Order: sequence, then C-alpha cells, then structure tokens
Amino acid sequence: MTVINSAHAGTLESSDVYIQINPIDEDMVEIELESSVEELYGEMIEELIRDTLKNMKVSYVNVKVQDKGAMDLVIKARLQSAILRACQMSRNPDWSVL
Amino acid sequence: MKLRRSMLFVPGANTAMVCNAYVYKPDTVMFDLEDSVALSEKDSARLMVYHALKHFAYQDIETAVRVNSLDSPYGLLDLEAVVRAGTDIVRLPKTDTIDDVLDMQNAIEKIEKKIGRTKKTKLLAAIESAQGVVNAVDIARCSTRLMGIALGAEDYVRDLRTQRTKEGNELTAARAQILLAARAAKIQAFDSVFSDVRDKDGFIAEVKKIKNLGFDGKSLVNPNQIYTLHDIYAPTKEEIEWAFEVIEAADHAKKNGLGVVSIDGRMVDAPIIARAEYTIDLARTSGLIGEEDE
Repeated sequence: MTVINSAHAGTLESSDVYIQINPIDEDMVEIELESSVEELYGEMIEELIRDTLKNMKVSYVNVKVQDKGAMDLVIKARLQSAILRACQMSRNPDWSVL
Repeated sequence: MKLRRSMLFVPGANTAMVCNAYVYKPDTVMFDLEDSVALSEKDSARLMVYHALKHFAYQDIETAVRVNSLDSPYGLLDLEAVVRAGTDIVRLPKTDTIDDVLDMQNAIEKIEKKIGRTKKTKLLAAIESAQGVVNAVDIARCSTRLMGIALGAEDYVRDLRTQRTKEGNELTAARAQILLAARAAKIQAFDSVFSDVRDKDGFIAEVKKIKNLGFDGKSLVNPNQIYTLHDIYAPTKEEIEWAFEVIEAADHAKKNGLGVVSIDGRMVDAPIIARAEYTIDLARTSGLIGEEDE
C-alpha cells in the first residue's frame, strides 16, 4: 500500500496511543516512539509496529507514536487506522492483512 | 438456553472500556459501533472492536456487536469486520420490519461463506419504533438466527412523541408486545438501558419490574449495574430448595414409571420441571450452588 497523505489515529488518553503517519521519500520505515512504558516495552512496541506495517506492505513512511500504556490490540488498531487513512483505503480495507 | 441477564454496552471508540469490559463479567459484552461512535471515528472503532474480538481476553465470554445500518456507508464494513473476527451475535440497529432482519442475515451469510466460517453468527433485533413494536411478532419469527429481541426505549419514546419516566408507563405496551413476541417465537427478550447511572433505587425498581414481567435480561450502560442486576435475578434460597425438590420428585416419578407426581399437594408437570431446571441453572451461574450441591 502507498502512503498518499499524512494521517493520524488515536488519542492521548490513558490506555490509548496517538499515531501520526507521514509519507517520506526513502524506502524505509522510520519510527519515533514516545511511551510511558518505553523502558520496559519499547522494543516490543517497535517490533509490533514493524510487523504490522510489513503485513500491510507499507514502506516510505514515518510513524510518530505517543503511547499512553496501550495494549497490543489498541496499538495495532490505531496504527492500521492511521495507515488506511494515509493510504485512502479506509473504505476498502484488505482484511487479510489486518 | 444461555443466561443473558446482563448485556453490557461498550462504546467501540472507548479504548479503556474495550480493553477491560470482560473483567466485569457481564453475561454478554456488547460492543457498539453505532450511536456512541462519532462519524469521524467509525473506521478506527471498527478496527478496535475487530482486534478486541480476536483477543484471548474475549474468547471465554459471549460477545455481541451493534453495527451501523446497512443503509449507511458503515454497515457492511462493520459486518465484514465483526463476522471475520468471530463475534457471537450481531445486534441490528433499529429493526422496523422483517426485511431489516433478512437483509442483515443475507449480508452475514455472504461474508460467512466467503471466509468459510462454519459457526453461524446469531442475530439480536432491536425494536425502537412503533412500527417495530407492531411488527414484533413477525420479526421474532422471521429468522432461525435470531436469539432474541430487545427494546430500545430512547428512540421508541421519541417515536411515540413522549419521554421516559421513572414509572415507565410509556413503555408498557412495547414491553408486553416484545415479551409476547419473543416467547411465542421461543427466543429471548431484553429490556432497554437505564441511563441514569446515579439513580440506583430507580435502577433496582426497573430491574425488579422487568424481571417480574418475564424479561431474560437487560442492556446496561455501566459496569456498576451488573452486580445489582445479577443479585436481583439470582433465585432465593427457598426457590433453589424448591427447585431441587421438584427435580428429585420428577426423577423419582420417572424411575418408578409414574406419569405425574405431587409436592405438598401440588401437581408437578412439565412446565414446573422446566421452571425448576431454569432456577437451578440460574443458581449455578449466579454462583449460589456448586457441583457438590447437585
């Protein structure tokens, strides 16, 4: 999937995560993570983000993550929402990669 | 028949509630993608509920999802997500006619076929209008997927051009009709939410009322209401003792080839036995008896 525009999903409330997606010119995934549980779970969150993007075949992307202690399912849901919005695919998602 | 005393509404966009609702142990967790979700958040809430339904925390509790109408741009996408994720029940939005149920059933069947889901998704129809109440008997009988019909009181009273009161007289006709329709179709009947979570006395009075009318349970908006409702629905010690006495007498009659038996001069027949079995089921689910009591 191709990131067409900037988009975001989520909130800064406790147990949630705010994710901002921006297109970039390089074939790579840039992750900027801020998390209230970064010391303990930072690596796991980053791995989850990379896996989710890999499944969705998304590159050329910058991902800014402000995590407020969200569970995996929330991070995945918010990331996928932001990506689908950025790829203008919210109304036609490919469920096999979600 | 599965006990469904408490069906807890969980707004699909409320992250904390979506992640934690199972902890409160309602009989059914009912995620909402309709009225509680802003239009701009429909896609994100849908994905949140999709992943929650697949999460291990929701594998041992019954799940339902209230989806958006098929007439809206969101209904089919909601269905695709929640059927794929394995929800037990789809709660229809406003159900006025049998076509509303059949259209939803057809859409679900197509998705189930496409993904190879063999377990049939059940349906719960929400009666929220005068037209729905008038058609409740036909609606309740129109699909084998229907496990129940539920009253949606807020929209219903608006349609009647009145408002909800503590006494609830404005809901009398709808409650009676929905209950009769459900019982005639041998499915379950659920009462509407009680929205004023601070009014505990009002909630208790309403739950006692709908229990006595015969409703299987009620939709809830706050986890604090679950325990109160379960307490009211729990059978008393005397009712449990009576139920065991009936089952024992029925077993005795069966073993000795007796067609009918009486307890304290009162005949025990099939409806009485069914009632006793239901009471024991309720007592077991309420944690009032264990295996050693049986």
